[in-house]
Amino acid sequence: MSGLREVRLTTPITDEDVAGLRQGDIVFLDGAVYTAREGAYKRVVENGIALPVDIAAHSNVNFHCSPAASVGADGSYSVGAVTATASFRFAKWIEGWFEASSAKMIIGKGGMSEEIYRDIFVPRGAVYLTTVGYGTGALLGRGIREVVDAVWLDDLGIAQAIWIFKIEKFGPFIVDSDGEGTSLFAKSNREIESRLDGLYDGLKPAILSRYGETTARDDEVI
Amino acid sequence: MSDIIAIDRVEGAAAEIMRRASIQIPRDYKDGIKVMVEEETSELGRFVLQSMLENWEAAEDDQRPMCADTGLPRYYVKAGNEARVEGGFVALEAALRRATAETTQSIPLRPNRVHPLSRVDHNNNVGIHAPEIQYAFEPDGDWLDITTVHKGGLFGTDYRMLFPGDGIDGIKRFFLDVMLQHGRRGLACQPAIVGIGLGGGKDTCMRLGKEAACLRIVGEPNPDPEIAALEAELTVLGNEIGLGPMGYAGRSMVIDCHIEVGFTHTGAMPMSVHSFCLSSRRATARLFPSGEVEYRTDPQWFTPFYRREGVQ
Ligand code: SF4
Repeated sequence: MSGLREVRLTTPITDEDVAGLRQGDIVFLDGAVYTAREGAYKRVVENGIALPVDIAAHSNVNFHCSPAASVGADGSYSVGAVTATASFRFAKWIEGWFEASSAKMIIGKGGMSEEIYRDIFVPRGAVYLTTVGYGTGALLGRGIREVVDAVWLDDLGIAQAIWIFKIEKFGPFIVDSDGEGTSLFAKSNREIESRLDGLYDGLKPAILSRYGETTARDDEVI
Repeated sequence: MSDIIAIDRVEGAAAEIMRRASIQIPRDYKDGIKVMVEEETSELGRFVLQSMLENWEAAEDDQRPMCADTGLPRYYVKAGNEARVEGGFVALEAALRRATAETTQSIPLRPNRVHPLSRVDHNNNVGIHAPEIQYAFEPDGDWLDITTVHKGGLFGTDYRMLFPGDGIDGIKRFFLDVMLQHGRRGLACQPAIVGIGLGGGKDTCMRLGKEAACLRIVGEPNPDPEIAALEAELTVLGNEIGLGPMGYAGRSMVIDCHIEVGFTHTGAMPMSVHSFCLSSRRATARLFPSGEVEYRTDPQWFTPFYRREGVQ
């Protein structure tokens, strides 16, 4: 893995931390992260319900995930694995969430669009990291030292609650966005596009096409 | 000696395979990934696969699930023709539902199952038609095979009605379409075991493709040489796309391709494609009336009897 650079950061993530990251870097984190996804976004961004905790005081790293966790009879938490969920589905709430949370780092699966990086991440000095694999749930589970809180657990359930975790060597993650708003995923897509014509060469179109469907293969489905 | 399989053995074995499936990656899949690490040309791609190997080790060492997304846990039950279960099949289904709820809490697994409209979550992976339980039968046996599969649910599956005139070209084309639409950004969590259902009615086509992905092991071709040749060809084609793990440029997209066929309408050639992801979770228990239980990772679901073609 000689060419890949490994970086270890401690939360809260600073502007200097973000500026020092390069696309494709492998990142491990110490400190604290919290989970928040559509359940919490909807409440805060759409319905204007205030968070019951000062989330920024805990961390400025938002992890798009829901843990494999259970709550014991005594109210204690047990966390097994944690795996990110696909971030593109949260596009419509992300700007509002940045406003409400002052997040600097979003961790998730599969990245978000370059447009969102350019218009929403870059002006706020925020960065997107992707989990690896994506199924590295056991490795990430290992990095969780303590459950600090599970906010709105009763209202939103285990999957959608805001879990605040203390973490140690939490990772690995790969840096996807850069200061110009480009995405490593999108760059990979562009690389693959150049091969598409050759791949489909000689294969005739389907006899029955599908109503309303696009036939442009360089389009993404997200 | 009893000739009936005790229901508490069923529940115990079901809980054990739930645990094994969620924690231990099957040998065949892991060995396949080790080969792919060697062959992957992209550095980032190799890093991803290496991390997965480390992840599976961490899962076994810590006894925690390999992936936090539980997928949709379900069961495949195969009964020898002479098998009898204490309390009958109603009791069997109740035992499988209890084992699902119990292991969701004890492992723990993420409670993934919700009502599609109300989004109500019972926090135990049990609900209406959940977990699914599917049956098949085999002559000459007093045993019961119970397999659980935890398949990732969101990306990597598609269905299309093709026609005889589409031919092998049509199959390749739709295969490439699915690989590309869900392989970008690694949404399918590739490299995947790609299962393809060809023929049948729409439901049979989906069922066969899913079973091909989830119930056959890496490295085991279809016994029909013509189908096996197509499996090999599609595996190569999938890895030539240039999509690697996580959608980074690379060559590890398809760890193996499995095709299963069913007789279909004379005017049709329906096709389904299913991707069994980097957390290809499956485990099987065989229960005997003696109380003995054998565990394995090869479901041995596709037998000559299951694929029979003639009247008898
Ligand atoms: S597709 Fe598989 S590896 Fe990926 S998140 Fe879902 S269960 Fe985990």
